[in-house]
Amino acid sequence: MPLTRLTLRDFRNHAATRLDGLAMFNVLVGENGAGKTNVLEALSLLAPGRGLRRAQPAEMAARHGDGSFAVAVEMEHGEVVLGTHTQPAAPGRRLVRINGALGPAARLAEWLSLTWLTPAMDRLFAESAGNRRRFLDRLVLARLPGHAQTSARYENALRERNRLLADDREPDPAWLEALESQLAETGAAIAAARADLVADLGAVLETLPEQPFARPSLAYASDTPIDAEALRAALRQGRRRDRAAGRTLTGPHRDDLAVRLAAKDAPAADCSTGEQKAMLIAIVLAHAQLTAGPRPRLLLLDEIAAHLDPLRRAALYERLAASGAQVWMTGTEPAPFAEIAGEAALWHVHDGVVTR
Amino acid sequence: MASQEIEALASALARLPGLGPRSARRAVLWLIKRRESALPQLLAALDTVRQNLVECRTCGNVDTTDPCGICADPRRDARALCVVEDVADLWALDRARLFTGRYHVLGGRLSALEGVRPEDLTIARLLERVQAGGIDEVVLAMNATLEGQTTAHYIAERLEDLPVRVTQLAHGLPVGGELDYMDEGTLAQALRARRPV
Repeated sequence: MPLTRLTLRDFRNHAATRLDGLAMFNVLVGENGAGKTNVLEALSLLAPGRGLRRAQPAEMAARHGDGSFAVAVEMEHGEVVLGTHTQPAAPGRRLVRINGALGPAARLAEWLSLTWLTPAMDRLFAESAGNRRRFLDRLVLARLPGHAQTSARYENALRERNRLLADDREPDPAWLEALESQLAETGAAIAAARADLVADLGAVLETLPEQPFARPSLAYASDTPIDAEALRAALRQGRRRDRAAGRTLTGPHRDDLAVRLAAKDAPAADCSTGEQKAMLIAIVLAHAQLTAGPRPRLLLLDEIAAHLDPLRRAALYERLAASGAQVWMTGTEPAPFAEIAGEAALWHVHDGVVTR
Repeated sequence: MASQEIEALASALARLPGLGPRSARRAVLWLIKRRESALPQLLAALDTVRQNLVECRTCGNVDTTDPCGICADPRRDARALCVVEDVADLWALDRARLFTGRYHVLGGRLSALEGVRPEDLTIARLLERVQAGGIDEVVLAMNATLEGQTTAHYIAERLEDLPVRVTQLAHGLPVGGELDYMDEGTLAQALRARRPV
């Protein structure tokens, strides 16, 4: 069992919540605003990053507490304890504790692999490319922890170059050269990691039937040369154009994840809401299959079962059970989870209190 | 509430790197308690620094003489020049006494966002030093940060046409480091910089 216990203290509307005896399927049921998604959010903090709401640490502390919060999980029946917390004196700074020792958040990725799907992501295919890049990068990060560092260095160099180009004075070519050589090195690595993942996901998706989940075909929509030297040359050539535009127009920060519905060969953005959701689920399931390894995996699926018809729901549960990941789902009523009632732990959430 | 004098001292101390208001007040209290013993020593030391320290016009080091002790030392190898971002880096390198040449302090690192441009650093003076001749090798000892590496690239570029060998400190495994604790970026860099043994 990946996680055996979850404890929340002063986390959003959970003053003191403990879930003991977790199962492979954990279902949180309760009315709107009861605090179901808050439990998923707490779990999402056990991956490097800002969690599934991208909230600031101070926002996550309970309003009536001392300004701090704590989240902890036990793995292997208490052999491994992962936790994250803030302190009353510094509510904006989230600390990570692994087996009692403070450490960098990036180290969490060595223990757990986490993926989530929330209703906020339903419009992913129709939204701006930035959200799809972030989605793609999180999938890359789940198997390549160093991706975060490379991306940070790239972003940093990009801001420097843009500032230089926006200057009234003619930019110093040697300075641009110095920045571009670093942009090229990190940018090519980012593009390569994303392209690799998209190819691997595509290979898994190929093996799946068209139904019951609308099968997507993926492509990494990129003009970024994967070879660092070529990217460097492209940046050098684009200087005049970029200076006129006021920003850098070449590089992985302009790329996109292109998704099409395989059966109709139509862009995902033009498909029905139900089809878009089904494709998103298919991608997350394929990713879960891809990242299968020694690390326990967690899938957080917020408000997912209610929107599926019984046939697709049954197929979803079947694939989730086969994935080997610990699955966390939420819903406003227990009925859609009847098919897995036997193997799932059902948790009732009411006003920040969870009972089994 | 502390008196105005104490507040003034505390706010002056708070500006020191790594101190901040809380530690500054603690330091003030410590000094007040020892105003007969420790304070005169501190005052004397501060006054000496104020009166005697100058910046070396050759390398940018801080010393009581100009040129500084390092630049004036005849045992130092004048043909090797090590370029660093700040005086603190010079001290770190020289503490180890591993580098026998002379130094050049840039006075910072290039940063478009912070508005630090090439003309704000002592790059022109570095080029003059190299152009004057007598230097065979320039060692770039910048930090492994984005800004540090940008600065190193930039200087290498500017030195390209001069008859001098330009080298850079190696990046990779730290001495005593264990492989399985290294992040991927460091490992990738170490692998790229591998060499025959």
